[in-house]
Amino acid sequence: MNFDDYALSATIFAPLLGVLILLFTPQGNARAIKIIGFVFSVFVFVLSLYLFFRFDSENPSFQFQQYTVWISGLNIGYYVGIDGMALLLIVLTAFLTPLALLGTWNSVEHRLKEYTMMVLLLELGMVGVFAALDLFLFYVFWEAMLIPMYFIIGIWGGQDRVYAAVKFFLYTLFGSLLMLIAILGLGFFASTLQDGKFTTNLTTLYAVAQHLPLNLQLWMFSAFALSFAIKVPLFPLHTWLPDAHVQAPTAGSVILAGVLLKMGTYGFLRFCLPLFPEASLRLIPVLSVLAVIGIIYGALVAMVQTDIKKLVAYSSVSHLGFVVLGIFSMTEEGIQGAIIQMVNHGLSTGALFLLVGMIYDRTHTRAISDFGGVAKLMPVYAVFFLIISLSSIGLPGLNGFVGEFLVLVGAFKSAFLGSYAYAAFAGVGVILSAVYMLWMYQRVMLGPVREGSLYGGHKLSDISAREITALGVIVVFVVWIGVYPGTFLKKSAWTAKTVVTLMENVQRGFQPRYAERALHEDK
Amino acid sequence: MTSFAPYIVFLPFIGFLVLGLFGSRIKSEKLIGIIGSGVVGVSFAIAMAIFVQMVGEEPHARKHVVELFTWISAFTGTASSIHVVVAYQVDQLSILMTLIVTGVGFLIHVYSIGYMHGDAGFWRFFAYLNLFIFAMLNLVLADNFLLMFLGWEGVGLCSYLLIGFWYDRKFDVGGYAAGTATTNDAARKAFIVNRIGDFGFILAMLLIFHTFGSLRFDSVFNGAELMSIGNQAAFWITLLLFVGATGKSAQIPLFVWLPDAMAGPTPVSALIHAATMVTAGVYMVARCSILFALAPTTLQVVAIIGALTAIVAASIGLVQNDIKKILAYSTVSQLGYMFLALGVAAFSAGIFHLTTHAFFKALLFLGSGAVIHAMHDEQDIQKMGGLKKYLPTTYKTFLIGAIAIAGIFPFAGFFSKDEILWKAFSSEHGSVVMWAIGVIGAGLTAFYMFRLVILTFEGTFRFGEEVHPHEAPKTMTVPLIILAFLSLVGGFIGVPKSFFGNNMIEHWLAPVFEPASTKLLLIEEGVHATEYVLMALSLGIAAAGIYGAWKVYTKRPDIAESLRNKYTKVYSLLLNKYFVDEVYDKTVVGPTVKLSEKLLWKGFDVAVIDGALNGMASLVSVTALWFRKIQTGIAQTYAVVFVGGIVFVLAWLILK
Repeated sequence: MNFDDYALSATIFAPLLGVLILLFTPQGNARAIKIIGFVFSVFVFVLSLYLFFRFDSENPSFQFQQYTVWISGLNIGYYVGIDGMALLLIVLTAFLTPLALLGTWNSVEHRLKEYTMMVLLLELGMVGVFAALDLFLFYVFWEAMLIPMYFIIGIWGGQDRVYAAVKFFLYTLFGSLLMLIAILGLGFFASTLQDGKFTTNLTTLYAVAQHLPLNLQLWMFSAFALSFAIKVPLFPLHTWLPDAHVQAPTAGSVILAGVLLKMGTYGFLRFCLPLFPEASLRLIPVLSVLAVIGIIYGALVAMVQTDIKKLVAYSSVSHLGFVVLGIFSMTEEGIQGAIIQMVNHGLSTGALFLLVGMIYDRTHTRAISDFGGVAKLMPVYAVFFLIISLSSIGLPGLNGFVGEFLVLVGAFKSAFLGSYAYAAFAGVGVILSAVYMLWMYQRVMLGPVREGSLYGGHKLSDISAREITALGVIVVFVVWIGVYPGTFLKKSAWTAKTVVTLMENVQRGFQPRYAERALHEDK
Repeated sequence: MTSFAPYIVFLPFIGFLVLGLFGSRIKSEKLIGIIGSGVVGVSFAIAMAIFVQMVGEEPHARKHVVELFTWISAFTGTASSIHVVVAYQVDQLSILMTLIVTGVGFLIHVYSIGYMHGDAGFWRFFAYLNLFIFAMLNLVLADNFLLMFLGWEGVGLCSYLLIGFWYDRKFDVGGYAAGTATTNDAARKAFIVNRIGDFGFILAMLLIFHTFGSLRFDSVFNGAELMSIGNQAAFWITLLLFVGATGKSAQIPLFVWLPDAMAGPTPVSALIHAATMVTAGVYMVARCSILFALAPTTLQVVAIIGALTAIVAASIGLVQNDIKKILAYSTVSQLGYMFLALGVAAFSAGIFHLTTHAFFKALLFLGSGAVIHAMHDEQDIQKMGGLKKYLPTTYKTFLIGAIAIAGIFPFAGFFSKDEILWKAFSSEHGSVVMWAIGVIGAGLTAFYMFRLVILTFEGTFRFGEEVHPHEAPKTMTVPLIILAFLSLVGGFIGVPKSFFGNNMIEHWLAPVFEPASTKLLLIEEGVHATEYVLMALSLGIAAAGIYGAWKVYTKRPDIAESLRNKYTKVYSLLLNKYFVDEVYDKTVVGPTVKLSEKLLWKGFDVAVIDGALNGMASLVSVTALWFRKIQTGIAQTYAVVFVGGIVFVLAWLILK
């Protein structure tokens, strides 16, 4: 027995330790609560770094696998393991959680203990989602993560928090119920095969699924895809996002945008494509068109927003459209671009929400028209805001460009998409992102300081060393990925390659190789 | 020595980092100036050393590539997937551009020490300038399209930052009502218009990768050599690349941002918006000469757009009164000449004019900066006059610049412009019409430049008592003198055979353009009698332009007056820059914003989608409310229902 066998589980459940200790911490001791929350989230990050450095990029199979029987009669297991994509998303989760806590150190006063516990539980759920290799386990984590997020929005949110929380909850729940039915259906399908038994083991199901007739594939794909599309969110299922973001407290927004949205795109790559390859191939046009519409639509609507948070929320619709397009280009460039774009969006949008939160803490407004001339009062803040905006715009040399460009290359050359139009229309999003980001930057940061605005009379203090640390760490990675993305792209190379090979083989009518590989690893 | 090429690029970046991170704490302007200028100066010295070494090499052995590290790749190891390396390529063309960028850049840095003296953002200014040089060097030294694009976008960013340097100053931007815009509106406009061009560049790169399987210049150009003229892919690639060029180099239809870019401090206008960045499109087309050679249609488009831009911008320049805007339209016009040259496949003529233009236009802008400095930020030439008495050095150097741009023998502009006109006439891709447009444009250029010189420096003072013009400090005049010298002799690097020269620059660049020339079967021309005739003609027209300006603005101001009154419509059209901004605003910008807000957001998002959802939700709750009535909580009611149920079931069982 060595630590590697448990490293993944340790990463998943480490937040629980923090929650337990918090249970026995007195409510009144705010400082201790904050420190415990922060320390444990950093601890999770350290564990995720261990995974990162121990992860073998040359090895195509799931790593750090651990399997324990859970419900033996139904062949449901506690089965976890990660490939490069899951690795990057787990590191991203573990990276953003402490920063979200650090960046909003003084933002929450009401029921701080419960709040910190919710954040840690949320982290547990998120890491679990990315690590689960059993569909039932995946579903449990998926739903478990919904609850703390619901409370975070509903209790610590803004004015219309309850409406937003319920909308978020119902939207997501609606999708996931259909997914549950599809999971069960898949399990039962497995039992109808010769010598088959009911199972939710993903690697077994990869092999089983190749026997699925096309019509069943299409139904199950749709059930999964609906759930994931809501989470992404893919146009036109995106309307929960602006409300949820605007109402959520800063840390909630950071995690929601930074990690939760990626679960949708992660789901497409982990489940939809490898389980239902033929259905995926058939539905490429539908999803790609929706993705491209989302890119342009999100950007246009972002342009005319009056609330900064809503603007960032709609920009997410646009950016996530790139990710979906990359996935359904089914090329190595496109999928690699999609994966790194998930990370990029987590960093840039996470940072943007932190930035908005910092100024909200000071002024209690998010209306663009209330601001003006902030750069004069908060010069350091303005520099960070500019760098992150440029990253979001996709300036070469910063992270956003790497993902967008790879996706565009993939979309352009993809034989599956079969048309240059996808890349061309997606490229319009590149123009529009500059329009809305720079316009917002100008109206908030530059120009004269607004007289009579909420902060007109006060002296707006520039960001503190704590806030600079939180943003500075993100900027380091924004530049790192922009200049030397190989550190991260190398990790996910096999994820992309495996999916693409499978798709190409299915297209040619060969037996899915993915399933064979998976069978090998079946426990 | 060529292995030092990356140092040329990275020294200015180090300057940027040092000034950007610690600049606010460096109290001494002198130290900031030394750091900022120093790094660019050292870059220039290295570039010069490499150049000297290259001169000693065989013409075909002058290309060197230095590879650094892998940048963007799918990292899957698949041969056909994308793989881009950060690598710098030194060859005859890129070293020439590097010398211009670092050389002129260095002079403008030094000039800025005087010009920006006392500005609160002194350190920030030099940090941005250093960053600009870094980006520009990436653009010209890149060995692949993607790294070039990094530089391309990078210079766009620096342009944005520097145009909006004094971000809350009022500035009239085309498309905005007077008095409502700030310099940052100009900056944003520049960035976004450029992005529209960049969209073309990105699509071009995608198509290049799809066609050639690589983004490296070598691989792409070697592949292109094997293709035949009229290739479909080459046509689209070059057309899309040219869209990118119209953005960065301010050609029709994307030229609208450059005049507004004058909102930036004057050294910025000189460096970025005259000498270097705006010529990036010219450099890019020249760099891809072999691709353009495959697409005669695109070449035709390039030539037509170039010629049109040259004359349209020159005509606008005739009536403007802002000293910098005149120079801006002049820049747009001169860039048009460069594209005209490229379009008629006279690639080295285009680069030659790029070089001389960098000298004299930087000189003119810096001179205008000295004037503005002296006039306490006044830029309206109608409110100047007689300044030669107060600014003797500025006046003399400015005059040299004006003569050079007017194309008077033997100043720099004469040789480069004449080369273009001659090629427009004689090349099989050119025509008499293009030549004629070029010559008329040259006449207009001479006219508006001397209108500017006369209204600014000659005649009587038209400014108030409170203004006391004074000559600029040494840090500003020395760069002026150096640039004036270069504007005087810079043309000698390209003296044609007809003047018993050997056109050094054409020979130097020949290996770079050789594949394109071979493809297009361009033959080296002998000396024609026609060449002398045309030369005399264009010289005569330029002289006439100067004479006209002198006549109208010193002797007979009434002529200008009566022309204005006689042709009010034309005058207003020119003064308002053909209303291009207004048209864009009415047809593109306004409708897009309206559509997004009214139709997409408030219409579709809020009304349709959320309306449907909330409708469903209320349907559920209405139904639930109705069903809720069953739950009365009264035991008797339940008992009645209970008994009724039993009766019903029994009845059903019996009657079945």
